[in-house]
Amino acid sequence: MNETHLPHIPQTKPRYSATFDPYTISEIERAAATGIYDIRGGGTKRKLPHFDDLVFLGASISRYPLEGYREKCGTDVVLGTRFAKKPIHLKTPVTIAGMSFGALSGNAKEALGRGATAVGTSTTTGDGGMTPEERGHSQTLVYQYLPSRYGMNLADLRKADAIEVVIGQGAKPGGGGMLLGQKISDRVAQMRNLPKGIDQRSACRHPDWTGPDDLEIKILELRELTNWEKPIYVKVGATRPYYDTALAVKAGADVVVLDGMQGGTAATQEVFIEHVGIPILAAIRPAVQALQDLGLHRKVQLIVSGGIRNGADVAKAMALGADAVAIGTAALIALGDNSPEFEDEYRKLGTTAGAYDDWHEGKDPAGITTQDPVLAARLDPVKAGRRLANYLSVLTLEAQTLARACGKSHLHNLEPEDLVALTIEAAAMAQVPLAGTSWIPGKNF
Amino acid sequence: MSAAQKTMENTVTFDLAAAPLRELNATLQGLDASTNQTAWSVHNPRGGHAIAVGLTAPIAVTIEGHAGYYCAGMNDGATVIINGSAGTGVAENMMSGLVHVKGDVSQSAGATAHGGLLIVDGNASARCGISMKGVNIVVKGNVGHMSAFMAQSGNLVICGDAGEALGDSLYEARLFVKGSVQSLGADCEVKEMSAEDKTILVDLLAKAGVDAKPEEFTRYGSARKLYNFHVDNAGAY
Repeated sequence: MNETHLPHIPQTKPRYSATFDPYTISEIERAAATGIYDIRGGGTKRKLPHFDDLVFLGASISRYPLEGYREKCGTDVVLGTRFAKKPIHLKTPVTIAGMSFGALSGNAKEALGRGATAVGTSTTTGDGGMTPEERGHSQTLVYQYLPSRYGMNLADLRKADAIEVVIGQGAKPGGGGMLLGQKISDRVAQMRNLPKGIDQRSACRHPDWTGPDDLEIKILELRELTNWEKPIYVKVGATRPYYDTALAVKAGADVVVLDGMQGGTAATQEVFIEHVGIPILAAIRPAVQALQDLGLHRKVQLIVSGGIRNGADVAKAMALGADAVAIGTAALIALGDNSPEFEDEYRKLGTTAGAYDDWHEGKDPAGITTQDPVLAARLDPVKAGRRLANYLSVLTLEAQTLARACGKSHLHNLEPEDLVALTIEAAAMAQVPLAGTSWIPGKNF
Repeated sequence: MSAAQKTMENTVTFDLAAAPLRELNATLQGLDASTNQTAWSVHNPRGGHAIAVGLTAPIAVTIEGHAGYYCAGMNDGATVIINGSAGTGVAENMMSGLVHVKGDVSQSAGATAHGGLLIVDGNASARCGISMKGVNIVVKGNVGHMSAFMAQSGNLVICGDAGEALGDSLYEARLFVKGSVQSLGADCEVKEMSAEDKTILVDLLAKAGVDAKPEEFTRYGSARKLYNFHVDNAGAY
């Protein structure tokens, strides 16, 4: 029989392993080639239970809605009402999370200040001290008090509107900061008292206190240093939210900031970002429960962050009991991070717009996560600030839309009863019923 | 009767048994650079925390007794004398001025301080000079483990012995030790004492009233091997 007449045998298509998928294989190859862990910026990239797994019920026969654009739906929030002589009053509950000068360019920090100020909200310093540009363009500025204490000084502490004691962040609870040498410019080095060009590591623990009893004394000192005027925030990465919130309150916090694992970072090990901490969806209710058990819900304010993208996320976080939210990654995107405008340059860096996360390398084509003066000059702080202001306005309007649909005259009136979950996981984490049922896993049977 | 009383020597005494901490700190923080009332004495500190923090006027404050955590924290220009011992974080983040502890100090003395001079007549516990950023510290006794951890700049003079892991992850701070060192931390090594080092050391010994010669000290500093990530140093990260 002639071989050419053999029946065609179909070939199976190449099949990737679910365990050793192409990304995993590339990471093994990278690790084998370099001998060091992968470092990147941003937050977790894996799919997690999130606010998308919740929906609002809206009004019906038993609830009536408020008229959109006609009936008032308040959005303001006062933070620091517990002990501070001068609480801060924001027009929108969407705040800008801490991001350092060093991690970000000076223009980016200025743009954040401009955008936040335009809509009446706050911005926050980061692990690198307070710059005059940032203070000058931020009507309300929260000064982070971090383990490294880079740039920390009494004069700036007293210029702040609030102080945020950072114990951890969602991208790396239990880890310290990192700023690689490419971004340690002359100015960054001077502000941090470090040699130029070194890979800077920040400590993961504060140098002069450990544990909640010490934290209480540290907060006392901060209040004494600032005449008891400034609200004192305590920021934790979401890990054990019930106990961390209770201990922060016990230590004297005015505000607890809770950052889920979707929260971004300027530079951290990939393994840390993806494998430590819990999603913000799972963290809010235990934190609120801690405040309620202490009789301090709404008296100690709760700010949550980690993957807030739109007004629905804002409204859902607040319905679960938060007083305000903070955004970081979304704010950078609003400024222009990962813009398709720079696609050609992203490709030269081996990535694509929307996936660029090598924020630590200082080569950001958008001029945001860089200290390169040429790249940084690409970002117009006025225009970028306007984009951020627009985006913050949209978040607020969207949240109002949803609140009105639920019949609420203020975002703070949203409540868990307004929500149901689309998945069992989200129902368990957010402690709201699975849609169409009265079942909250772990609560009732 | 007010908690503050002026003595014949023009020193204002403030009694912390009779008035709250807030009153003391508010009074001292309210003084400006031109004040004529430059001498203050604090009685009955009783180990209280955050005494005399955030001072910016060129005044001299003497604390008659033991102080708790963060005494003279963030000092910027004042002289604070503690006639006793001090708790954790004495003179933390000091910007300038002088803090002199006549007794011993607990952990993290002079932590993250940017400037000024901290003198400890006794011993210092763990992490003395942690993350120091320019301060000068002279400890006449011994220091505990992990002292000068991640110390960035400034000078730490130890006239006694140093505990384990001295200068771990050190940046550019200079360390001078007269006695023994139990062990050095990662990236800390013995350096040759340069003429500049000697000048600095002689000056600090004189300011602290220490009768010793620079030749009796060993100088330690950063080997700078951890300044940039490298696979060969993975064990040290």
